[in-house]
Amino acid sequence: MSAQIPEVRSTDELRQKWMKPEVITGSEILLRSLLLEGVECVFGYPGGAVLYIYDAMYGFKDFKHVLTRHEQGAIHAADGYARASGKVGVCIATSGPGATNLVTGIATAYMDSVPLVVITGNVVSSLIGTDAFQEADITGITMPITKHSYLVRDVEDLPRIIHEAFHIANTGRKGPVLIDIPKDVSAAQTLFVPQTEPVTMRGYNPNVLPNKIQLDKLTQAIAEAERPFILAGGGVVYSGGHEALYEFVRKTEIPIATTLLGLGGFPSGHELWTGMPGMHGTYTSNQAIQQSDLLICIGARFDDRVTGKLDGFAPQAKIVHIDIDPAEIGKNVAADIPIVGDVKAVLELLNQDVKRADLADAWRAQIQQWKAAKPFSYKDSETVLKPQWVIELLDKTTKGGAIVTTDVGQHQMWAAQYYKFNQPRSWVTSGGLGTMGFGFPSAIGAQMANPDRLVISINGDGGMQMCSQELAICAINNIPVKIVIINNQVLGMVRQWQELIYNNRYSHIDLAGSPDFVKLAEAYGVKGLRATNKEEARRAWQEALDTPGPVVVEFVVSKEENVYPMVTQGSTIDQMLMGDE
Amino acid sequence: MTTKNTIAVLVNDHPGVLQRVSGLFGRRGFNIESITVGQSEEVGLSRMVIVTVGDENNLEQIEKQLYKLVDVIKVIDLSSKPMVARELAMIKVKAEPPQRPEIMGVVETFRAAVIDVGTTSLIVQVIGDTEKIDAMIELLKPYGIRELTRTGVTAMIRGNA
Ligand SMILES: Cc1ncc(C[n+]2csc(CCOP(=O)(O)OP(=O)(O)O)c2C)c(N)n1
Repeated sequence: MSAQIPEVRSTDELRQKWMKPEVITGSEILLRSLLLEGVECVFGYPGGAVLYIYDAMYGFKDFKHVLTRHEQGAIHAADGYARASGKVGVCIATSGPGATNLVTGIATAYMDSVPLVVITGNVVSSLIGTDAFQEADITGITMPITKHSYLVRDVEDLPRIIHEAFHIANTGRKGPVLIDIPKDVSAAQTLFVPQTEPVTMRGYNPNVLPNKIQLDKLTQAIAEAERPFILAGGGVVYSGGHEALYEFVRKTEIPIATTLLGLGGFPSGHELWTGMPGMHGTYTSNQAIQQSDLLICIGARFDDRVTGKLDGFAPQAKIVHIDIDPAEIGKNVAADIPIVGDVKAVLELLNQDVKRADLADAWRAQIQQWKAAKPFSYKDSETVLKPQWVIELLDKTTKGGAIVTTDVGQHQMWAAQYYKFNQPRSWVTSGGLGTMGFGFPSAIGAQMANPDRLVISINGDGGMQMCSQELAICAINNIPVKIVIINNQVLGMVRQWQELIYNNRYSHIDLAGSPDFVKLAEAYGVKGLRATNKEEARRAWQEALDTPGPVVVEFVVSKEENVYPMVTQGSTIDQMLMGDE
Repeated sequence: MTTKNTIAVLVNDHPGVLQRVSGLFGRRGFNIESITVGQSEEVGLSRMVIVTVGDENNLEQIEKQLYKLVDVIKVIDLSSKPMVARELAMIKVKAEPPQRPEIMGVVETFRAAVIDVGTTSLIVQVIGDTEKIDAMIELLKPYGIRELTRTGVTAMIRGNA
């Protein structure tokens, strides 16, 4: 499969080649700096304000540039690349409309702590502030949704700024960093001296190592707990702490739930794993949180989709909160034992002296009983395709080994519920912002980062239409993503809320007028398949797997299916609608 | 319990920093009562003094969120320590000649100063803590205040700390 993905070229040898100091333009400085930061591919879209940069890219082969068909596609692809690889995702857009088209993607990455370096062009410095053609104050617009941002005023600052931007994006609590480069700066020349020294910034010193006294408190609390429980989130994956977490669970034998973004951070087949908690989480995880006497939250931020009604959340538990970002501690839920530090570092230190939670045997038995009694379930049918069945098909045929990206809606929750993740960075989904249009382009990025892995993108028929233009990228570059569309003909998740909360008043959710997705795929030169029953589904899916290039597979499923369990807003998480099991 | 808190924030003197800080307060739902910014003792750094109203949790979040900004170097909760806080106000008060002696009396009691004299008005400058300035304004109100401007609080910890 890998030969089909455009070759990724950044190598040590190449990097050496660019190390010599030389007088060059800002645009060339940008390209060389990106290469020195280890960038292999960037996603972008040209325009007037970045023409010097694109001119410098003419014939440039040292990293791959993917021309998406919309800036939103570029930034979601960069995001998917980052989530699936742990490296910094890079995208480039022009000033004004190009830059503002990135806003949703920047916010998406910010909410989920994804490291991105976002490069925008701007009008020439002398025109900034004059409402010049295609001018937008993109640093101002994105201030609330970036970890940091730069407006470059002098070409001399460019090497330092790029070096700092990569450092900030991918350390501490990760996040998007924006670099806005006026057109004259990208044209100006200066002596380029490669930046290789470690970055030191007075105002930026993420706290990696935890306080030992707090760790001891936790070890003690585990020894005393009768109903301990772990809530692990995206921080486990982002810190590379999954092995340390596994070891922590092995030693303590404390049952564990992983949040939506934490999926893959702990193997789903493990006996002590109880699934995702929260609004559409498992019965077991939600009960366990509510009844625990020690809740150890690791790299998760007590999102309201996880906690439900806050007063009434984990009412009996002593709360331990481990997070790299001090501001998360005490933000939503007060912590009895706050531990600030990198999740991996914290867990590795803990593993040195933590012991089995010996008082928790009855609790472990209780958890197993809940797990057996209340797994995820749905009523299957022989006449219509059930979306849950489709996800199970994908899971079984790929043995949980694919990288799965999703869009937002019911299919996203079913994918989280029914696909069994066993490795970190195999699950790419927009959790914090819940961004429709994210699923498909993020898969392109994930595939670029992992040329040899199977990448499946699961989408609703609604969200697929928000970035479907990127089919062109798959076709042209032969990016072999398997694009699944769970077609229920409606905005499913909205339909579900309207049914359950707004008394069946189905306001504006009918997607009549959707394209024939098979023909849409074919129009872009991508293979398209459709299935309307189990037999067709098995066959189409197998054909997709057997096809070396990109394929769109549309599964036409029942319209009325709801995601259960469900905790409605204003309820505590143990008050769950279970549906008809 | 909500209280008034005064915090000093040492920041890089970069363009956009004030926007970052004030924007953070706005979008996190923290209330700014006053904000002053100026040079600090170190070249390249500015000091902001921000007066905000909130409870203890709020204050802790404000500090932590501020530290997340890359341009923020130090945050000090001044109100938890003995501090001196001052602001300056200029008050343009209506003053026909017959009222002037009375107004001058107020000005003297407050150790304020008249810094401009017009035919029918005076500009009074007063420096002090917020309460003192409030009191001064109250006393001048009956004469008719035409224009009022206050700098907001700037503050420091007492002694050698
Ligand atoms: C950009 C954006 N707009 C609107 C929403 C609100 N929203 C959440 S789920 C959903 C329905 C999604 O429908 P579809 O893509 O068909 O997926 P399904 O729920 O049917 O699986 C909508 C409109 C959103 N999350 N993102």
